[in-house]
Formats: sequence, structure tokens, C-alpha cells
Amino acid sequence: MEKTGIAGNSGGKVRSDCKVLLTLAEQGGIRTELKSKVGALYGESIENLVQDILRFFGIRHAAVIVEDSGALPHVIAARVEAAIKQVMETTKEFLLPFSVEDLPNAESGRFRLSRLYIPGNTPSMMINAGIHEPDGVILDLEDAVAPDRKDEARLLVRNALRNINFYGAERMVRINQPPLGLEDAAIVAPHGVELLLIPKCEEAGQVQEVEKVVRASLEKAGSVREIFFMPIIESALGVENAWQIAMSSKYVVAMAVGLEDLTADLGVSRTEEGRESFYARTRIVNACKAAGIQPIDSVYSDVANMDGLLENVNASVALGFEGMGCIHPGQIRVITEGFRPSEEEVDKAKQIIEAFKEARKRGLGVVALGSKMIDAPVVKRAERTLILANKFKMI
Amino acid sequence: MKSKHRELIKNAAGRSVPAKVNGVPVIPYKGVGKYRPEGRKHGPRIASAVDFPIDGDKRVENLKEALVKAGLKDGMTISTHHHFRNGDYLANMIFDIAKNMGIKGLRWFPSASFPCHEHLIQYLEDGTIHHIEGSMNGPLGKFVSEGRMKGTAVLRSHGGRYQAVQDGEVGIDIAVIGAPTADPFGNANGLYGDSACGLLGFALADSQYADKVIVVTDNMVEFPCIPWQIQGNNVDITVEVEKLGDPDEIISGTTRITRSPDRLLLAELTARFCDAAGIIKDGFSFQSGAGGTSLAVGEYFRQIMRKRGVKARFARGGSNKYLVSMLEEGLVEYILDGQTFDLDGVKSMADNPRHVWTSPFTSYNYHGKGNFAGMVDVVILGATEVDVDFNANVVTHSDGYLLHGLGGWQNCLFSKTVILPVPLFRDRIPVVRDRVTTLCGPGELIDVVVTERGIAINPKREDLISAVKGSGLPLKTIDELKDEAERICGTPEIPAFDDEIVAVINWVDGTVIDAVRKVSK
Repeated sequence: MEKTGIAGNSGGKVRSDCKVLLTLAEQGGIRTELKSKVGALYGESIENLVQDILRFFGIRHAAVIVEDSGALPHVIAARVEAAIKQVMETTKEFLLPFSVEDLPNAESGRFRLSRLYIPGNTPSMMINAGIHEPDGVILDLEDAVAPDRKDEARLLVRNALRNINFYGAERMVRINQPPLGLEDAAIVAPHGVELLLIPKCEEAGQVQEVEKVVRASLEKAGSVREIFFMPIIESALGVENAWQIAMSSKYVVAMAVGLEDLTADLGVSRTEEGRESFYARTRIVNACKAAGIQPIDSVYSDVANMDGLLENVNASVALGFEGMGCIHPGQIRVITEGFRPSEEEVDKAKQIIEAFKEARKRGLGVVALGSKMIDAPVVKRAERTLILANKFKMI
Repeated sequence: MKSKHRELIKNAAGRSVPAKVNGVPVIPYKGVGKYRPEGRKHGPRIASAVDFPIDGDKRVENLKEALVKAGLKDGMTISTHHHFRNGDYLANMIFDIAKNMGIKGLRWFPSASFPCHEHLIQYLEDGTIHHIEGSMNGPLGKFVSEGRMKGTAVLRSHGGRYQAVQDGEVGIDIAVIGAPTADPFGNANGLYGDSACGLLGFALADSQYADKVIVVTDNMVEFPCIPWQIQGNNVDITVEVEKLGDPDEIISGTTRITRSPDRLLLAELTARFCDAAGIIKDGFSFQSGAGGTSLAVGEYFRQIMRKRGVKARFARGGSNKYLVSMLEEGLVEYILDGQTFDLDGVKSMADNPRHVWTSPFTSYNYHGKGNFAGMVDVVILGATEVDVDFNANVVTHSDGYLLHGLGGWQNCLFSKTVILPVPLFRDRIPVVRDRVTTLCGPGELIDVVVTERGIAINPKREDLISAVKGSGLPLKTIDELKDEAERICGTPEIPAFDDEIVAVINWVDGTVIDAVRKVSK
């Protein structure tokens, strides 16, 4: 009896996904059985896609059952490939052509005010992630994916990166904690990912390992893209090593704190006001500022409590964080708005920059605005306020 | 195989429709406002008080006796109404009785059917019911789509149903009106009793034009039943039953405002569009459905109205606690209610003189001296498909299955601005398409399509296009939306349909705008 490869999900409330059951055979050719909600409109193209994939992997005899609830082609392809890889050894990858046109180059300094977590094995939640306009979309291979589904999720995330339009959001993937995460990184690297989140990061070496794997993977694929890193600090040891981690690689552009795991590691409860994590958060902010990267705050887990979220964002901004994670699209606007500078701040920043330029022009060493001295850090802060104001189309 | 529809005509929308439906010649759709009826309305028989009890007590023992007394026999047309929605017991009881009496070949003429009427499929199979003319939701629609019904279904809008009865296109032999409260004379309302549903507007035409009218209630009160939404002077027979329906399903509770972030985005874009277009201003009027997305649109309207200090003169359509709270907050001066969805709505209608019941006659009937639809500034409607000419479908899915009713949808298209907030695709099925599977509403009446990936304005609405210029809204052409849907989902194959016509869609004036073909297995 041949082994059956099974990947994906079907039944019940599953949408935009499919379940593939594939059994290799000695003879009889390819027998496909398609049960699809969208069979009347896409039945033929689904059959053709499945045939193409089997041919690509050199499979000539097999029984394939596809239970489809409206999966897009890249999802079907990922599921079929995952099922195949359970029943045969192969390093080949079946890739649909990139369908996202003019993939821009990754940009280290872009805003990361909001970044939306999307479970890495749930196709229905990926499709519309970009329409809510987060700064980043994180396809999560770590906590959101059950241990026995990691393999299929990796392929799904790889395909999603190539074939879903996130409408300009930064394309992020949270890999698993290395060493498991190294495999994730290697697989997704050549497929348009812009930033990898490295969870439960405790020392610089972990980032460097990921960097090595990513470089190898990109080289192998002949890609010249850059991929940035955002380590997530989620333990007492990680906090102690924050500075080294921030400086571990030139590709580290931001560093986040994960408070659920951190408070567990500290043996304390996570509270609304967050006094228990005050040290850790300020330590991380400090390390990031010293390293010239963005400090990013933890997610706020009560998706129904928008007032609580707003307070949390205000506290984050006050501590110096430059972004926050979101676990629900509804949080994006509250978080983003939380980082919006006030009209007064923008006006003042404009005046500072004006005064600074004016002083420069006149060759003055000391700049004053009214009775106040303006020095370099003040100018730097004003510049940042104006960049933010520009993002918010305030100027 | 014998075809029920040998002669086909291409109507003004380019759709092939049968020349005869259930053996009766029909008029093909001629265009919006192009068909003018002639002649006089249907005249019911003159009745005389001499034939009715002088003390006004028209009660009989039970429903069977009522049906027998009304002369139930083979081939008759029996009408019922969907005031009890998915909690209705009455239609099933009527046909159980008909079956027991061995009656055959009935035409069921409901104002709409619901999944609870799946019970009637057995009677469609055994010939008790020949065919259904009315909107179909769920299992009955599926049954019809598969070509299993003997006759051809006729789908009419709420206004179209009134028109068909008034014009005599559908002669009702026996109208059975379920009434939450009634008196022995036949005065009835929907406001009180265990089966309270608010109003009985869908039964108005039947009470006026049917040959025999039976009022069935599970809350018989002494004369007078006040208010009388249905007048006893039109009623032949009254009867009391134990229970008309399941109160939990009649007032199924307000659909909650959607919590889906994608739908909220659709609703927000819709409200922002209305705001940018200058529609939300003092004294304006709106109609928004009772679905989760529509409710959310209402909530965004509320926020905008509060911020601007704007009041609406009236809101049309179904009512629920959200709309009632806008009335009570003073944001809406009047609710002109066609259908009440929850207990807050029922209570408000009973207590608040500004919460007024309407009927398809006042709101929608196209063969009247005008109606309310055109007075509404903006209406928010759903659709299963929209095409690049802004034509829309609301009854079939892209695979051809007939799963939804027309409701008041076609009638509402006459509002000043018609907006369809729809997802660009549903589970890979593109909603914006080259050509709608079934034409229910002509594109010339549809102004704006709002999707989560962009808003398309009908090019003929230059006023709207210039009003929202520079608003920052994501404006696209309808073709761009279609292309994007196909880029994401793939170009859909053309589903295979049988030639057999299983249903026709009437336009608001009684002409046939499209036909629905049997789905091919």
C-alpha cells in the first residue's frame, strides 16, 4: 500500500483553501478527482494545474483528490507540492510566475508603524491583508502554525510572497526560532520577502546564522535582493544581549519585543500598564537608538478593546518605540494614528528646520528659535517629525 | 426532450426570454420606462354584506375548514407572505392540508420563500404544487435550478408582485394572511402577539385583489383590532391557530454589524463616498439593507451625521435596533418601514408615530401614480455579480444556482444614487464580471460599485465623478476592477447550462428581463 500525502484544509468553515490527498501508483496514469465549490468556473483550470505540477515532478501514475473551497492557484500549487513532498524525495520547487509586478527593492529605513500578523497556513486571511494598508504584512510560520503543518505552510508562504499583491506593504515573514527557522529562511528568501522576523532571539549568533543561510539561498537563486532582519526579544537573556543583537548584522533594521513570552520568562503576569516590562522595553529602545535601528513594540492582544489599544500605543510612543505589531486589521488604524504627530509638533518642526536652514545660509554656528537654542539632536527630531508628517500627508 | 419554452424572444437587454411562461404569453423587457400598460386594474368580485355574518364574526373552526370554505380546488393560486421569514409555519400547514385533501396542481404565490419551506419540496415532487412564483432563498432555489420543478418559476420584486396582482397578471384564488393579531372580523396587524413581526405590508395587494382572503392568527382579540394594517372589510374568513411561527426565527434578532474587517472596510468606503459626494446633508434620505455590511454603512452614516450635525428627513427600508436608535437620537426624522427585523423595530413601530409602516404599494409599485423609491437620495444594495456595463445580478450565483430573492432590490434602483458595496471576489468567484449570469437590474440605473480594491462610478454619472474628485478615494474604472478580479482569481470558464428555462425574472413593470437556465450537472 502506497503512502498518501495529505496537505491543506477542507470542510466546515474553511475558505480559499484546499485539501489534497495524493497517492503514488505503479500504473494507471494520473487520476484526479476534484470536488470544488468553484468547479463550474475553474474546474478545468484546476485540473490542468494539478496535471502540470505532477508532470513537473515527473509523476506519471497517481491518484489525486482535491477538495477545494475556492483556493487561488498559488494555494492549490502549494498544497499539491506539499502532498508530493510527503511521498517522494525531491528538491525541485514548482513555482508559478511572480504575479506581483515591479517588486520594489527592500528599503531599510521605511516606516514600520503597523505590521499585521497573518497565520502562515491560512490562505483566506492572506488575500486581503494588504487592503487594510498596514506598513508591513507578516506571514507567520512560527506560533500561528501547528508543528505538524510547518512544511506545508512554508510552501504556502513562499507562493503567497510571489503571487499575492499586498499593495505596497512590506513583505515580512516570521520564521521559526533557529535552527528550525533556518530552513524557513532558506526556502522563502528568493521569493520577494523583504524582512524576516527572528523570534525568541537571545544572542547575536542566531541572527548571523540566519544571515548566512539567507545569503546562500539568494546566491543560489542568483538574486541580488537585500533581506532585512527584525529580531524579536522574548526572554530575559535576550534583553541582556539586546545591544549585541541590534549590532549583529548590517541587515538588522529593527528590533521588536515580545511581551507574552518575556513576561512568562520573567515569571510575572502581563498587565495593561506594563510596569513589569518597563525595564525590558526601555532597554530595547535604548539599544535600538544606539544602533540606529527602529525599536518596535509588542502586539496588544485584546482585539475588541480599542481604548486599551490606544493607551498602549500612546505609552509606546512615549517610550520611543517606532512601531507596533497588530493581530487584527482593526488595530491598524488605531496604531498608525497613535504615531501621527500633532499639528503643533509639525508646525514647530517646520520652524526649527527653517531656522536651521536660515542659520546655515548665514553661516551662523549657533541657531536659535525665539529664546531657545537649537542643537543637532533637536534638528534631527524635527526632521523625523516632518518625515512622519509627510507619511500622514500633513505637509 | 420536450421543451417547455419553444419560442424565445430577444428582449431590449439582449437576453433570450420565453414568449410564454407557464402557457401564458408574456411581454419581453423593453427598456427602463419603455413599456406603458394599457387597460384597467384587476377588479375583484363585488361582495355583499348579506353574505357575511351581521355580527362581523367570520371565524371558522380551523385552517382546513377555512380553505374548504374558500373553495380550495385543483389548479388554484394560493398566496402567502414572508412576514414570518424563516420562522413561518403557515405555508407548510396550508400545503399539508392540500396534500391530505388530494388537491393537485396548485400555484404557490408567496412574497418570498425561506429555507423553512424546504418542507414543500415533497409537494412539488408529488404534484400537489405545480410551481412557485416568488422569490426563492436556499433549498427551493436549488430544486428549481436543477430543473426539478414542473412549471417555470417567476421571480418578481416586491413592487413587481404588487403590480402583477393589481394588473391582474396573477389572479389569486385564495390569499392566506398570517396575522400576529386579528379580530374575528378580519382586521389585523403585525404589531402584537407572540408572532409579532411589525407590519403586514406584503399582504396588502392580496387583501385588496384576491378572490378569497383568509386571515389566520394566533392572537385573536375582540373587535376592534387596532391598528388595522389589514382591513377586515377585505377579508372573507378568519381562523385561529395555535402558533403561526417560531418567534425566534420570525424576529431572528438583528443581524449584527459585521465584524469582518474586509466588510467593514467596504462599508466605510461606501460611507466615505457618500460623504465626499455631498449626499449626506441636512434633509437627505437613505435606504440601507439589513445585512451585516449595510448595517455597518448605517453606523458610519451615523458617525458622519453626528460630526456634521446633519439630520436625515427619512430612512426607508427594513428597520432594526440600529435604525431605531438613530430615530430616537433625532438623526432620522421618520422611518418608512417595509419590514421589521427585530423586537426594537416592532416596539418602535407600535409606539412611535414617526416610525411608519409602508407597503410595496406606497414604496415600490411601478404601475401607480409614482412611488417612494425615486425620492430616496441614496440606496445601498447588495449583488451577487456586477458587469462592466454596471448591470447587476442578485438572484443567481455565477454557477447559475438560484439562491436569493429579488426583494425590493429592483424597485430601489430608482433612487437618486444607487450604490452596490460588493467584494471584488468571493472565494475565488469574481463579482465584477464581463457579463452577469442573470440580469436583474439594468446598468443605467446603477451608479456606483464599491469594492475593497477600488470604487467604480458609472461614467454617465458625471456629477458624482466630479463631486468626488480629489477626495482621496480609490477610484477605478469598472474594467480595471474586472481586470483586477481576474488577475487574482484567474479568468473564469463559462459554466455549462442546459437550454431548459427554469425561471424568469420580471422587471418592475411586469416585462421579462431575463431567464434562468437549468444548471448542467
